[in-house]
Amino acid sequence: MPRTAIVAALLALLCAAAAPAHAAPVDDALAHFTADKFPETDRGIDELVASGAPTAPAVLGALGDGRLLFDPGSHRVYYAEASGALDDAATGARADGVAQGALKKVRLNNGIRSKLAAALGGLDLLSPDRAKRLAAADTAFHTPDPKSLAAIDAALGRETDPAAKAALLQARAAVVATSGAGPEADRLGAIATLTARGDGDALNYVNQAAAAPDASPAVKNAASAAASSIRFTLSLWQALQNAWYGLSLGSVLLLAAIGLAITFGVMGVINMAHGEMVMIGAYTTYLLQDLVAAHAPAWSEASLPIAVPAAFLVAGAIGVGIERTVIRFLYGRPLETLLATWGVSLILQQAVRTAFGPDNRPVSAPRFMAGSFHLGGLEITAGRMWIVVFTLAVFAALQVVLRATPFGLRMRAVTQNRRMASAMGISTGRIDALAFGLGSGIAGIAGVALSQIDNVSPNLGQSYIIDSFMVVVFGGVGNLWGTLVAALGLGIADKFLEPFAGAVLAKIAILVFIVLFIQKRPRGLFALKGRAVEA
Amino acid sequence: MDRFAMNRRQALLGASALAATATLGAPRAFAAGETVKVGVLHSLSGTMAISETTLKDVMLMLIDEQNKKGGVLGQKLEAVVVDPASNWPLFAEKARGLISQDKVAACFGCWTSVSRKSVLPVFKELDNILFYPVQYEGEECERNVFYTGAAPNQQAIPAVDYLMSADGGAVKRWVLAGTDYVYPRTTNKILEAYLKLKGVAAEDIMINYTPFGQSDWQTIVSDIKKFGSAGKKTAVVSTINGDANVPFYKELGNQNIKATDIPVVAFSVGEEELAGMDTKPLVGHLTAWNYFESIDTPENKSFIDRWHAFTKNPKRTTNDPMEAHYIGFNAWVKAVEKAGTFKADPVIDALIGVSVPNLSGGFSTVMPNHHITKPVYIGEIGADGQMNTVWQTPGLVVAQEWSPYLEGSKDLIGDWRKPMSCGNYNVKLGKCGGAA
Repeated sequence: MPRTAIVAALLALLCAAAAPAHAAPVDDALAHFTADKFPETDRGIDELVASGAPTAPAVLGALGDGRLLFDPGSHRVYYAEASGALDDAATGARADGVAQGALKKVRLNNGIRSKLAAALGGLDLLSPDRAKRLAAADTAFHTPDPKSLAAIDAALGRETDPAAKAALLQARAAVVATSGAGPEADRLGAIATLTARGDGDALNYVNQAAAAPDASPAVKNAASAAASSIRFTLSLWQALQNAWYGLSLGSVLLLAAIGLAITFGVMGVINMAHGEMVMIGAYTTYLLQDLVAAHAPAWSEASLPIAVPAAFLVAGAIGVGIERTVIRFLYGRPLETLLATWGVSLILQQAVRTAFGPDNRPVSAPRFMAGSFHLGGLEITAGRMWIVVFTLAVFAALQVVLRATPFGLRMRAVTQNRRMASAMGISTGRIDALAFGLGSGIAGIAGVALSQIDNVSPNLGQSYIIDSFMVVVFGGVGNLWGTLVAALGLGIADKFLEPFAGAVLAKIAILVFIVLFIQKRPRGLFALKGRAVEA
Repeated sequence: MDRFAMNRRQALLGASALAATATLGAPRAFAAGETVKVGVLHSLSGTMAISETTLKDVMLMLIDEQNKKGGVLGQKLEAVVVDPASNWPLFAEKARGLISQDKVAACFGCWTSVSRKSVLPVFKELDNILFYPVQYEGEECERNVFYTGAAPNQQAIPAVDYLMSADGGAVKRWVLAGTDYVYPRTTNKILEAYLKLKGVAAEDIMINYTPFGQSDWQTIVSDIKKFGSAGKKTAVVSTINGDANVPFYKELGNQNIKATDIPVVAFSVGEEELAGMDTKPLVGHLTAWNYFESIDTPENKSFIDRWHAFTKNPKRTTNDPMEAHYIGFNAWVKAVEKAGTFKADPVIDALIGVSVPNLSGGFSTVMPNHHITKPVYIGEIGADGQMNTVWQTPGLVVAQEWSPYLEGSKDLIGDWRKPMSCGNYNVKLGKCGGAA
């Protein structure tokens, strides 16, 4: 018996000597991932970080992206590279000849994801990549953990980049303020740093610093002063933020209404199918995006700009078609126009539903429209910003068309005095058709923008038709500037009401306001004066 | 002589029918004219078409499969499909037509609670059966309706329990966001009472309602962000319905709210709704259902394969209400066979206690309260638009049709077995008839 024991011990020793120095802890850590249970995965992350294995960052990164795979039979762990090739998680060596189909993904939940972010964050604080260091410092700020103080201090000692240094100092301040420990001077410094940052998180950390059980009176005073100062700046930024949200909502309203301002405002046609023109514009965007993706994938980022003229032409052509076949027989009969165009809108909706199906169509955002950025305390989402810019550009372009082109001149002539214009040799029927096409085409352009923020479904247009009429009536029929002011004004009013009243009540309040306003001024904000009014 | 000739012709007809069906591989022939009609009452146009069209298709598939298996009681089933066009009063009208003109044996239909409430009087008056396949707010237990979707305790309460657990992030602060109508309002009322019972302070609960089709979520999402930066772990419980979900999730992505910061658990977002979306920014947000397309069981795999073959579209997704119809339809078939008749009354009685396989590897049983037992799954939205299960209830959950957390309903139970036969029995007063 003792002999066998000695042999076994020797064998074990031999094995240990043959294997690389840290193979055993890595293998133990990786074995946790093959259990396919969240608590085990959790433990695996801890052990893997503790093992200091060279493959640890790659394995953790792969785990976060769902690229970490394991073989339920052999209990080996692999990670897939972006190219699809497999690497062995223990050694980092290429693992050819392993069938991907037999492998299972190591599952994640939000707890594991947070843990991973913290673990990777600790590793990234010293990364040579500046963007990674910034992101790691930001993560450390948002998840203050007393244990990370040493790592932050070490990183601060080495940091030379001013932006990364500032981010690290803020992260350090967050840790100090929330830990409720450390010398008084340190805490006061942290409060000052947080006050300078001045956002909601900073306010929260400052409050925690004041609430720490051993906080000295000086710290408490500094914290409460800091809190009220942060609150004041926050409320100012909040007002600005609301104004921005209002501007953004207003620009969407304007975009949807501006085409109607021509067909209804200038031509006097109650066009219930206006929303469907928007919808057709959005579907054109979808179709075009699919076409570009299928035939010229290199251009897919540009498919949205290409869709603008395409949507204008498609919706405009359909608009001209509707005008020539339905509306021109109904001029001067508003009730019949209303019913006929409503019928057209139902037909278009059902046609699209039959052709494309009732479900939403995906329209992806180009890269320049994704994400958000900070402007002081303002958070601006890129997509919304481009829509504001786009709307103003469309508005300006329309003004140029109406003021500076022969077509615009004729159109204005026809709306101001149809018979006189006709007597001057203007073909009023042609101008009517083109004007209606222009309004419809602009609605189509609106569809391109709305495909970015709303569902591309057959019902897309319905949700905008009421708002569009509201804007045009409120702004003053026949006045494009009125439409601009009305859309932006209503948008901003809505967004300032919403935090107090809630989305539902804010909408009702706006509607009631408009009804009352129209009672007082039936012609809207900017009433047209002159002969056209009587016509 | 005449009579004999007739008989011979009938026999000939029967033989040719037999030959025809035999070539199709059906084990049994149906005599001509002997069909039993089944009503399919789902909107195929209007706002709800996006969700309900799929349910119509799945009913056609189930009926088709049943006919290939020989029908029910030797009779062929015939689907009568009508389109109530997302118009609630039209639901009642179409239901009346199905029952009194087409003489359907049972109906499968409705999605929104308001459409169900609209057809209820018709089913009661004409005494027919409705299978309702969608998760709903509870607080109802009618004799003529079988609720194959989840009651709040089969979806909302387990989801909240999960988020409160260490595994789900030990959430302390709650945003209850919903569309402004009966299902979110009642569910949120139940959840609010439940959270308070669990010791959550009133200032840690934010309730927000938005109109149908809300598309501008900037303010609300930034409010949620602000509410979530108070130092306590925050989660959003979303009962946002229909089209409003896509802009909501887009705004979450735009404002960079990650699932690790503020997870959103949704009760009305399924594989179908995600199909029109880029889900990469949403990875980690949660949904609670009783079925996911990704559930790995042989039953589910076979169901998905049959569904793809039937729709001739290998990309069509499956979802929770489809499974509910699958369970409901099979339970109905089983009950009809048990009762030996298609008549509504005996079938209603026979349905209680019927147990049929669900798609997640277990059995669902129709309970005396006309709801079914279900497992509850919490799934995470993956980059591929599928849900990955992160948690599930250890067993099946029995529905609480009347919520024990609401004042008006905590003493009520529903039990349609004789001799009680009551949908709102008050255990405190010891009589049938509701709270008062």
